Amino acid sequence: MTLSRIVNRSRAKSPWLLCFNGGGCNGCAIEVLACLTPVYDLERFGIVNTGNPKHADLLLMTGTVNRRNHRTLENLFQTMTSPRLVVAAGACACTGGIFKEASNVLGGADQAVKVDVHVPGCPPKPETIIDGLLQAVEKLG
Amino acid sequence: MSYHSLLLGLTALILAPLAGGIAAGLDRKLTARLQSRYGPPVTQPFYDVLKLFGKECQWVNIWAPFFALLYLFANAAALLLFVLGGDLLLLFFIMTLALSCLIIGALAAVSPYSRLGADRELILALMYEPLLLSVFLGIAQAAGSFDIDLIQNAPGSIFLDFPLGFAALFLVFLIKLHKSPFDFTAAHHAHQELVQGILTEYAGPFLAVVEIGHWYEIVLLLLLFTLFRPFGGWGTVLIPIVLYLLVLIVDNTVPRLTWRWTLRRIWIPGWLLVSANLAWMAV
Repeated sequence: MTLSRIVNRSRAKSPWLLCFNGGGCNGCAIEVLACLTPVYDLERFGIVNTGNPKHADLLLMTGTVNRRNHRTLENLFQTMTSPRLVVAAGACACTGGIFKEASNVLGGADQAVKVDVHVPGCPPKPETIIDGLLQAVEKLG
Repeated sequence: MSYHSLLLGLTALILAPLAGGIAAGLDRKLTARLQSRYGPPVTQPFYDVLKLFGKECQWVNIWAPFFALLYLFANAAALLLFVLGGDLLLLFFIMTLALSCLIIGALAAVSPYSRLGADRELILALMYEPLLLSVFLGIAQAAGSFDIDLIQNAPGSIFLDFPLGFAALFLVFLIKLHKSPFDFTAAHHAHQELVQGILTEYAGPFLAVVEIGHWYEIVLLLLLFTLFRPFGGWGTVLIPIVLYLLVLIVDNTVPRLTWRWTLRRIWIPGWLLVSANLAWMAV
């Protein structure tokens, strides 16, 4: 097993998470937090919610991208060190959802950054979010 | 330096990060179990560190990675000094050097979070460094020497002469491990009011270097307890394990407290413990 394969395996086993809630209704953010509770326990996959973009591997976006927060999202993504991936959780983060027609809303997370995994649902179930994160993890490894 | 001590030093340098990593993994597993979660595998810290080595190198100030490396080397040197039986006072100064490196590295970046974390770490250092030094003085007083080899082979049990020093060393141990209620400079488990405190600006491979340095530190601190030899041969092996488990339980049962509380409730009782015992030994 070469060194790069060992590092890649480790990447898949230790993705650190940065959660960003854009202009959403907070429903998805609550479901994301539910993933960290004892019932779903994200940490069993080695996933840690860091809150520090410099340490994070995955950016988990919920809510819409609007005229106010698209710069923030870009900055957070730029601060993360590569390899880095973006997971858009929920209808708003995927397309803009029910807020799509609002005057200040630009659309989904892909309006600011390149999205690697889309997680559908309004809000998505914690199981679906975990599934989305693990699909992103497979891309890391 | 003889062939034997060279071999011993190399073994310690290789085994200590492994032991420290497994200790950190046990910490995460046990914490999860105490919160009725399944938790990551015990080998999780190794995955974290290997992953961090594979990440992009990034720093705000070139001095931060320099001091991260120096932190690792100083901790490794401190462990080497202990294993090869050096001088207890020199060990103390190298441990202080390691801590200073971590703080200076954190101060190198202009970041409010890492700066506040470093400031709080300095306040903590002002609290526990004199305590640690007086514990070392007490050990030397009981054993009649600062030489670690002589202390380990001293007749009688140092624990019986200096039991309150043992308690004070446990306080220092709790603080140095960044465990609750003293995890206000950097928290390993969840994010806190300072994001990651002193570790905020160390990223990628240099965070991994700091982490490995911390593993050396855990092992060295656990080895310090063996100087007391509380219950003979088996006690030397069992006491560090029992104390580490105790730290994890304390970490999970008490909330995070402020540095003012620590100053009032830890510094003064710590000093009272050590000075009472030193006075008793002198009589």
